[in-house]
Order: sequence, then C-alpha cells, then structure tokens
Amino acid sequence: MAADAAVVGAPSRSRAARPGGLALGLATGYLSVVVLLPLAALVWASRGQGPAEFWQQATAPEAVAALKLTLGLAAACAFVNAVAGTAIAWVLVRDRFRGKGLVDAVIDLPFALPTIVAGLTLLALYGPGGPFGLDVAFTRIGTLFALLFVTLPFVVRAVQPVLLELDVEMEQAAASLGAGSFEVFRRIVFPNLLPAILSGVALAFARAVGEFGAVVLISGNIPFKTEVSSVYIFGQLQSGNTSGAAAVSVVLLVISLGVLLGIGGVRRWRTRYDRV
Amino acid sequence: MSRYLLRFGALGYLAFLLLVPVGFVFYRAFEHGFAHAWAAVTTPEAIHALELTLLIAAIAVPANTVFGIVMALALVRGRFAGRGLLNAAVDLPLALSPVIVGLALVLLYGRGGWLGGLAGHGVRILFAVPGMVLATMFVSLPFVVREVVPVLREIGTEQEQAAETLGAHPFQVFRRITLPAIRWAVAYGVVLTTARAIGEFGAVSAVSGNIEGQTQTLPLYVKAQVDGFDTAGAYASSVVLALIAIATVVALRVIQPKEH
Repeated sequence: MAADAAVVGAPSRSRAARPGGLALGLATGYLSVVVLLPLAALVWASRGQGPAEFWQQATAPEAVAALKLTLGLAAACAFVNAVAGTAIAWVLVRDRFRGKGLVDAVIDLPFALPTIVAGLTLLALYGPGGPFGLDVAFTRIGTLFALLFVTLPFVVRAVQPVLLELDVEMEQAAASLGAGSFEVFRRIVFPNLLPAILSGVALAFARAVGEFGAVVLISGNIPFKTEVSSVYIFGQLQSGNTSGAAAVSVVLLVISLGVLLGIGGVRRWRTRYDRV
Repeated sequence: MSRYLLRFGALGYLAFLLLVPVGFVFYRAFEHGFAHAWAAVTTPEAIHALELTLLIAAIAVPANTVFGIVMALALVRGRFAGRGLLNAAVDLPLALSPVIVGLALVLLYGRGGWLGGLAGHGVRILFAVPGMVLATMFVSLPFVVREVVPVLREIGTEQEQAAETLGAHPFQVFRRITLPAIRWAVAYGVVLTTARAIGEFGAVSAVSGNIEGQTQTLPLYVKAQVDGFDTAGAYASSVVLALIAIATVVALRVIQPKEH
C-alpha cells in the first residue's frame, strides 16, 4: 500500500473528484447491506447451540468426506492449471501462428459463460451417450474437468503480461553461454514467472473450492464419492439443516480467506521483486 | 520441434476442454433444425426466465456501477482509517462460494433471521425477485471497483487539480476530467458485471425457490430442463446464454486495447 500511495502522489489538499463523506457513507452502507450483513448472519447462525454443535456439524462424516474431496480436487486443479496455464500463456506470447488472436479471445470465455452452461457442455460431450464414447459423468475425473473449465483463465491471464514484459536479452545471453532451451526456461524464465504463476494458481484454487454451478450437473453429487462441499452445503440448506450448512460454510470461508491473504502476500512479494 | 509440441499441447488442451464442448452444445441445440430450437426457447417459461434474468441484471448492474466508481475513488484517494479493511471487504465476493452467498441471504432474511421479520410486514425477500437481486448484487459487486482502481492510480490527480485551480466545481471536475479518463475501465467492469449477473446460478438458486414461470432465471431454467430430461429446451437456452457470453468476450476485446 505504501507503493500505491507513492504513485498517487503526496496527499493533496485538493478535494477534487474524491467522494465526500456522504458518498463514502452511502457506498460503505451499500457494501455493508449487500455483503457484510449477510455474512455476519451466516457466521452468527453457524454457532448453532454452541461450539459443541458447530464442531459436530462441521465434522459430520459426510461433511468431512466432501471437504477432503473438495480440497483434493482443488489442489489437482491448481496443479494442472499451473502447467497448462503457463504453457498456454507461453504459446500465446512467444509462438506465432494463424488465428492466435482468436485463441487469445477464447481464453476469457469461461469467465463469461454461465457456470451451469459450462457444466451442461461438459456433460453433453463427456457424459453418457457422448460422441467420443468417453463417459466421465458422475466421477471425480468429470468433476475435475468442470473445475478445470471454469478456472482456465486465471493462470493464463496472470502469466501473460509478465511474459510479455520479460527481457528476451537475458535468455539470449544464457543461450549464448551454452544453456540449452530447457535450462534457459528453468533458470531464467521460470523464476521470473513464478510469482505470477502462484498468484494465478491461488485464484484458481479459491475458485475451485467454491465452485457449484459447473460441478452440480456432471458430478452426480454422490455422498462420500463425488459430492463436493458446495453441493453438500446446498443439500443441507434444501433439507432444512441450516446450522449444518452454515458450519461447513464457515470452514470453507476460512479456507478462502486464507488463500486470499496468501494472494496478497504473493502480490507484495512480486512488487518487491519488480523493484529490485 | 519442441515449439510445435508445446503449441500442439496448449491448443489441444483448449480444444479438449473448451472449444469442442461449447461447439457440441451448439450442434445439439440445432441438430433437429433451427425451428425446433427456436420453439424450445420461445415457450412462455423460457421467455419469462429470460425476461427475469434481464430485469435482475438491469437492477444489479447500474447499482454496482455507481457503487464501484464511488468506492474506487474512495479506495484510491480517500485518507481515512479502515481503508485497507474496506479494500479487502470489496474482494470478499470473489473468494466466496456462490452457495455460501445464497445461504447467508437465507439466514439473514429467513425465518428467525435478523431481518426475518420483514416477511411479516409484507416485504418478501426470499423466494422472490428482491432476494434474487440481492444475491446477484453480492456476487457481481467487485468487478467495476477492480477495473477502475488501477486506472485511477495511474492517472493521478494533476489534471484535476489544474481544473480545480481554474475554478471548476468538484462535480464538474468529475464529469469533465475524471469520468472521461476512467470510462473504458468502467465499461470493462460493466461488461464483466453484466456477464456475471446474467450467468449467476448458485447464489440465485439458493434464494429463488425456483418456481417455474415466477422465480426462474435462464440459468435456473436450464438446470430445471436438464433435471426434467427436456434436453432440447436445455440446449437451446444454453445457446442463448452462450451467445451472450460470446458477445461479452467480443465486447471485452473491443474495449481492452484502449487502456490495457
């Protein structure tokens, strides 16, 4: 934040184009009513009849199985994204071929496409009766496909700008000193990309932990097998066990916040790295 | 050689995960002819779902746009205690599962909730449009703020100070200097907000009650059609939503080079 303040300049005496007290109050009020008040109600409700009940709800066998699966799938999704996302970013920046602009535009599609449509597209192609005879519906692999679909842009869009600004001369120097292309990547390119990759991976992980719409059709939602936490929470809500739903939600909330703080840490590390 | 391998791998991954599946939904929607697909998206339920989706977006997007601009100005230029906290709070919706958002609203406005008493006074929030609007506002709240903040940081305040020195009223400064400078960032944020508002499923699903012809948005309608084994309706409605998504991507492309 110190760097941000430096960009804006010394605290100005001007009040130009800065929201006054009333506008700021209204904006903060809006944020409170839309976001903070419901979340406070959620945390309040999660306590149920006390800590014992919270613990019991959060550690119900089905809830724990769902959470384990969610974290495992999110980790797998993050790993695949780290590799595939970096490769795609590399191809988009360094490679040259016809239709590259189109491919670049397509990367944003998962952000724009409604998640339920994403789920349906995967179910149509990789579900029962699909044209390739490949049926992964109602399996963990199918669920992972759905998560990979919706998280595709994160690593690509984080790595791309860094790769664009990377100085090719460094790589040329290494190559002229006899480094092979893999060694150049490992010792020059990769260390420069790492903060961006980590930041993209963290976003993808957080998104995968909470994803619902894309997963709900293809996972089949079989308890202890393909049921992820968001689907479990939805099920508990539908069957009227709101304190159980709230308890598991708070656990997910804490995980998401941890990841969010982690992203902040990576960003700070990255800006320090840039300045050196 | 390794270059071609990498290109082939990256494009293959994209095709396998993204292009072929989306293309296949278009194929399935139109395999029995255009008229068939048209009939499936013009049933009264489908039209009502589309209208409701657009109505909710028409309320949530302007609200989040005005909020986004004010909040971005406050975050970049304000000097007040708790700015860092406010900054983190704006990002919260990005880190939350949509289902949790829906659940939080149910717990706040449902029976026994802090604002559950509203229902007794004839103000229906849950299982009605207001709850769906609130859910949509929640999940699409950060986009305008996040797009406008970096641009505001970059432009600084010199021009505005000059205008002020020349006697411009603060609102005049905002309208003639600040707003033109951030307009593409605002537009980008609005497009992202709209896409999210139209496509939201989990949060809206939890609060809507999913009553056909009443509280069913187009994404909920798609899910209901799949559950009811009416795949023709599901694929045709998905194509409508996919076309909106493609229009979104095109809009982002048109806007992007102007600033990014």
